Amino acid sequence: MAEEKKYTTVSIPKPLYDKIKVRIEGTGFTSVSDYVTYVLREVLASLEEEEKEEVFTEEEEEKVKERLRALGYLD
Amino acid sequence: MVSKPHGGRLVRRLVAERTRERILSEQKEYPHVQIEHGRAIDLENIAHGVYSPLKGFLTSDDFESVLDHMRLSDDTPWTIPIVLDVREKTFDEGDAILLYYDDLPIARMHVEEIYTYDKREFAVKVFKTDDLNHPGVARVMNMGDYLVGGEIELLNELPNPFAKYTLRPVETRVLFKERGWKTIVAFQTRNVPHLGHEYVQKAALTFVDGLFINPVLGRKKKGDYRDEVIIKAYETLFEHYYPKDAATLATVRYEMRYAGPREAIHHAIMRKNFGATHFIVGRDHAGVGDYYGPYEAWDLFGEFPDLGITPMFIRESFYCRKCGGMVNAKICPHDKEFHVHISGTKLRKMIMTGEQPPEYMMRPEVFEVVRSFENPFVE
Repeated sequence: MAEEKKYTTVSIPKPLYDKIKVRIEGTGFTSVSDYVTYVLREVLASLEEEEKEEVFTEEEEEKVKERLRALGYLD
Repeated sequence: MVSKPHGGRLVRRLVAERTRERILSEQKEYPHVQIEHGRAIDLENIAHGVYSPLKGFLTSDDFESVLDHMRLSDDTPWTIPIVLDVREKTFDEGDAILLYYDDLPIARMHVEEIYTYDKREFAVKVFKTDDLNHPGVARVMNMGDYLVGGEIELLNELPNPFAKYTLRPVETRVLFKERGWKTIVAFQTRNVPHLGHEYVQKAALTFVDGLFINPVLGRKKKGDYRDEVIIKAYETLFEHYYPKDAATLATVRYEMRYAGPREAIHHAIMRKNFGATHFIVGRDHAGVGDYYGPYEAWDLFGEFPDLGITPMFIRESFYCRKCGGMVNAKICPHDKEFHVHISGTKLRKMIMTGEQPPEYMMRPEVFEVVRSFENPFVE
């Protein structure tokens, strides 16, 4: 049977916790932890998106272009 | 900028030619495992990065995390377990084994873990039912009792009758870049296009640089359109009705799970790996029967702020006799009596009897192509 996923505890200021608690009332979030997890995932994902894009080597890219031309995808 | 690969890097698990030759020359020294078509397709998708960041079949940590949290154990969103099942243990953890499909050695796998699992739990968590009438559930219940986790390396491509149309993520990424597309919307399909599909695709294309039609080819249910019919139908539609510099067609081989909302997320992840920035999520996406609510998949996307691809929720379209065109419930003010819904079942019947569908249902050129096949459907 699956072992429960491990969680850790972080501290946030009590007033912030209280504000979040009010904010999530009537939303789909069932706990402050869920909301904080959601927001942190969103923030991290947007930071990662800004990181440099993976690039292919020129040789690799030319090889791919040749195949795309042969298949009629590129002129 | 096209989407970054899921998990950050595009996975490519192809061995160098010299290594491949060596492995094949030593193939008798490896334990052999025959795998079925669907797993062979998964393997190809892993190797070419369609399933990035997976480098192989899931180990138990990831498998359980996917079932319970819809995420890999490192928190990357992942909703469908990509697993390799075997009926008996003929090798050990730590072994390198060769995976065969139809007597063709297609991959070497480094066995990290062999583990057991609860099939019913698998079915209920992924498909939300244990009803054996659900094709995904039936397949899980018929799987072997052991799952094998570990990384793979591709040795041979599977025979592919549609190689001309099969582009890998590394290729679509270069293609999109060459075309100057920064935003790309992907459309997944298993059908020949009718006007409803065209309306949805063009509505989405209005907001982005390029449209990527990505039909799923592979094993189908009886009554589904044959792969070659889908391709020919789209070729025709592209020729007559699509802007050449803003739309492209390429196929992907993939075995449908019919897992509804969970699979909609998986479909989006696959297209993100192809470089798409947006993904059209339809009504009852990847559903079967009435196991899922028609817009349940839309809600699930809300749980993944870190998915890295933007879902486009476009409502079901229909023809309104009063509007005189394709519309949807949000934009049409008229009563239902003016609405004509395009039914796939009705279109199939018309195709079978040779009756020409009205132009608001299917383009005449597309109908001609479909009709030109002696039998356009899987028997």
